[in-house]
Amino acid sequence: MTTDAIDSAQTPRHEEGTNYINAEYGLLSWLFTIDHKRIAILYMISVTALFFVGGIFALLLRLELMTPQGDLFTSDTYNKLFTLHGVVMIFFFLIPAVPSVLGNFILPLQLGARDLAFPKINLLSWYLYVIGALMGVVVMLLGGVDTGWTFYTPFSTTYSNTWVVPTVLAGFIAGFSSILTGLNFIVTIHKMRAPGLTWFRLPLMVWALYGTSLIQLLATPVLGIALLLIAVERLWQVGIFNPALGGDPILFQHLFWFYSHPAVYIMILPAMGVISEVIACFSRRKIFGYKFVAFSSLAIAFLGFLIWAHHLFVAGISVYSAMIFSFLTMFVAVPSAIKTFNWTSTLYKGSVSYEAPMLYALGFIGMFLIGGLTGLFLATLGIDIHVHDTYFVVAHFHYVMVGSVIMAYFAGIHYWWPKMTGRMYPEWWARLAALLVFVGFNLTFFPQFLLGYLGMPRRYHAYVPEFQVLNVMSTAGATILGAGYLLPLIYFVWALKYAPRASANPWGASGLEWHTPSPPTTHNFEDTPTVTWEAYDEKAWLKEAEKNV
Amino acid sequence: MSEHADTAHPALRHHFDDLNQQHAAGTLGMWFFLVTEILFFGPLFFTYALFRSGSLDPSFQNAFIAASHHQNITLGLTNTIVLIASSLTVALGVYFAQTNKKKPLVLMLVLTLLCGVAFLVIKGIEYNQHFAHHLFPGQGFHWDGAPELARGGQMFYILYFCMTGLHAFHMVIGIGIFIYILMRAMRNDFSSDYYVPIEVSGLYWHFVDIVWIFLFPMLYLIDPASKH
Amino acid sequence: MPNNLPFMPNQGSTLAPHVDALYLVLVAICAFMTIAISGAVVFLALKYKRQPGNEEPQDYKPSTALEAIWIVVPLATFMLFFVLGAIVFFKARRMPDSSMDVWATGRQWMWKFQHPTGQTEINTLHVPVGRPVRMIMTSEDVIHDFYVPDFRVHTDVLPNRYTYNWFEATKPGRYHIFCSEYCGTEHSKMIGTVVVMEPDDYQLWLSGGTSEGSPAAEGKKLFESMACVTCHAAGTGSRGPNLEGVFGTPVKLASGQVVTVDENYVRESILNPQAKIVSGFDPIMPTFQGQVNEAQIMQLVSYIKSLKAPETGRPEAAPAPPANAAAK
Repeated sequence: MTTDAIDSAQTPRHEEGTNYINAEYGLLSWLFTIDHKRIAILYMISVTALFFVGGIFALLLRLELMTPQGDLFTSDTYNKLFTLHGVVMIFFFLIPAVPSVLGNFILPLQLGARDLAFPKINLLSWYLYVIGALMGVVVMLLGGVDTGWTFYTPFSTTYSNTWVVPTVLAGFIAGFSSILTGLNFIVTIHKMRAPGLTWFRLPLMVWALYGTSLIQLLATPVLGIALLLIAVERLWQVGIFNPALGGDPILFQHLFWFYSHPAVYIMILPAMGVISEVIACFSRRKIFGYKFVAFSSLAIAFLGFLIWAHHLFVAGISVYSAMIFSFLTMFVAVPSAIKTFNWTSTLYKGSVSYEAPMLYALGFIGMFLIGGLTGLFLATLGIDIHVHDTYFVVAHFHYVMVGSVIMAYFAGIHYWWPKMTGRMYPEWWARLAALLVFVGFNLTFFPQFLLGYLGMPRRYHAYVPEFQVLNVMSTAGATILGAGYLLPLIYFVWALKYAPRASANPWGASGLEWHTPSPPTTHNFEDTPTVTWEAYDEKAWLKEAEKNV
Repeated sequence: MSEHADTAHPALRHHFDDLNQQHAAGTLGMWFFLVTEILFFGPLFFTYALFRSGSLDPSFQNAFIAASHHQNITLGLTNTIVLIASSLTVALGVYFAQTNKKKPLVLMLVLTLLCGVAFLVIKGIEYNQHFAHHLFPGQGFHWDGAPELARGGQMFYILYFCMTGLHAFHMVIGIGIFIYILMRAMRNDFSSDYYVPIEVSGLYWHFVDIVWIFLFPMLYLIDPASKH
Repeated sequence: MPNNLPFMPNQGSTLAPHVDALYLVLVAICAFMTIAISGAVVFLALKYKRQPGNEEPQDYKPSTALEAIWIVVPLATFMLFFVLGAIVFFKARRMPDSSMDVWATGRQWMWKFQHPTGQTEINTLHVPVGRPVRMIMTSEDVIHDFYVPDFRVHTDVLPNRYTYNWFEATKPGRYHIFCSEYCGTEHSKMIGTVVVMEPDDYQLWLSGGTSEGSPAAEGKKLFESMACVTCHAAGTGSRGPNLEGVFGTPVKLASGQVVTVDENYVRESILNPQAKIVSGFDPIMPTFQGQVNEAQIMQLVSYIKSLKAPETGRPEAAPAPPANAAAK
């Protein structure tokens, strides 16, 4: 069986022939495709567009913050910019980025399946995403929204005079896109694994996506209904969250964070999955402590539901609930620590090479360490009472969501780019971009930790002059970071046409996705492969691959 | 190698190995979807419990009871019976599909649809009564009971309209699904080896019924005996 | 202004050294972990670089004991963080036994402060050094947050209820007040200043300002003009409970519950009288929602607090803090 698989990988029957990209032509063949790989490409294009929209907002924010007085924009414009930056980046980039782009493309391939369980629902997910995103764009054109992406009541329900209702509906629709993707992934992982591919032979990316999907299914509907209630409250002037009418503004915060805290794990968990794949590949080892890493994904998904109220430590919850949520929050850091230690140990006695995906992955470990550990500062009650809602929080979640998640997304895009497009990418430029992102990111966000402890509150259009030096450093870093993000866009587009063609397994990696040609055919596998090896342990097959290079 | 081999059933999708796998995937998908649905209704139930318990405003306890006295229990009960009946017809429909009995299957699907429509019509009558009594929350809300209970009474009706509205929306979707199922049944799409769509739609229909089974006592039967 | 360490704000309150010490402990431990692990990553990546002679990974048997160690050690460390954090948190949340009460009202986009002696201030708060100040705060519109970085004091200010915090300033000087919960267009302009003065200077400042009469005295006038006195008159207690000396004490409700009379309870009883009826009385009191503004509510509450010691009329000798104040 193994040799069958090797043959089919090494002598792909369609090397120069048809694949999923050239199987059909024309815009309609893409817009009505139900092929998970084409849908992943659709996601990739739309997510990239919105990433740059959100990124431009971020650069404008940083430009405004160069000087203490609010001189570039009015405060109203500034508030809309940070709101749209948050809404676009979270709902339309970070949540779909790794699962819907990389997961969509790679999950069926890693499982040895011909497609996701529900291909039409997969396409529907993308359309829902696009409708949500277009509504977001319409909101921007109409004049924006100024509630912050957290939509705190009663500001959002009663006091804001901006386009709150279409924005929450955009979030609601995007939420359903996310739910349907999660549903599709879970069923696919349960029911469509190739023969021999038992749970403990699954790549860690699959485990991570499984945990992600659980959160998408269980948390997203709660946000959906909370956002709907905001719309109801605004449209009919009733007061579920408005204390003047007998409602409770803190109730909204509970409902919101019941989703939005697990949502950070929707972002980080699949990113961790990518890192496991990349580190295993480029150190040519099995991941150290495979089962611990696999179960830590589930542990994070589970614990993620028990800690939402750590966002409310200064919002008037009782001392005892604050204690409980602080205590539980400490636990969620343990599975993350397990992953970090195991990734590090995987390098030991490995054969480590430094291609761009690996550089991103190693950078990820550093960023995630800082982002994760500063999360513990915030979970520690005695510190949160000082740094709550300051730039310390901003720096922390950017380290996790930008420093870590986007590093992992870039690692994954570079790693699977040959599989997705059939072409390599320019390695030198990619390494340069990875370096720029790493340096630019740290220069942007590390000063913000210091600003936060000094007491600069977040969402400030103007600030007191003593905070200026650190803000200027941060803005300087942001320009480098911007360049680091723009560079891959340029060389990837170039690579589509000019880069050398990729073989079926250019990295000598393990995993079923490398058993099909690059790019794969529409049906992924000519013959359903049978798996006889443990995860990341295709030694015999790897050796064979080496010989044929 | 388990190829997509022998089974060339017309209903088999290209990416499944066989009908069993397709069946299992469809059913599992619906179960997971229903879990999502529970979490979708969950916050409304939670909000109801929070306000009803009076932990925010103790006067809401009595206000909710007073408000529930404006509910038409007869119509609510009729709707409950209609929905339970429709669950039975759905279950029978699945049975007739499994046993290749087309005519009774079509009959059951039609009955289910009729029950669904009847439910919505009765719900519409109730809504109409609420509008007539100015019980729709917002500017036009008018409370003729004790004035100190007005805020709680309005909160009850906010939740009433949100919960029953969301439920009715699910009923509309369900009716749409069953019209589609009925058309396929009349086209002879289903047989003893391919009836998953009916089973899966039936799961959804049962779920919507169960939500109502919770809503009915919460919104109509809080304390009917205290009505004077 | 005195500064202690680079990248740390002034230590302007008795709480600040505790928060800073905790922060430095976490910085030390986490910096060590970050440097150790990143160092290990760089070291291992260089040592096991793929090069001639190291094309293939070497075999060895992974140790499960290692997994156990790096589950237990981080967990123990994080539990240490929790315990230390909780200790400081309790310190921050336990209201001082005797304090000067200052009422604060947040609204888009300003702070209004009312001293127990009647002075009101906008966006500036004068307090004496070395005396615990308890803030009783509410908002007239959206959620705000009273944040004084130099005091390490941070509490959300919510509409329609009171939240509390306290500080004891240790050094005279001027300190920023920031609103740190996003509250709309001019959120970043909702900045104020705490002016900490030597006690003598503070007394001087108090006597220099124009006082409108203490909130309790103003409350007394309201209590009479709004006819509260007809049902709640001292000594009668017929239709409504006698309010003398009731503040800070537990009362039994018609529902059988027992609540302590604190600022939030009095406030609720004015705005939503039916919510918690005292046992033995009929629910006949009408609501005063819409008839009194935040300042008047605050004056009425101050008056009812002062009824404990009617001979001085000064609420400064504050009653024992309400039991659930610690919970805010």
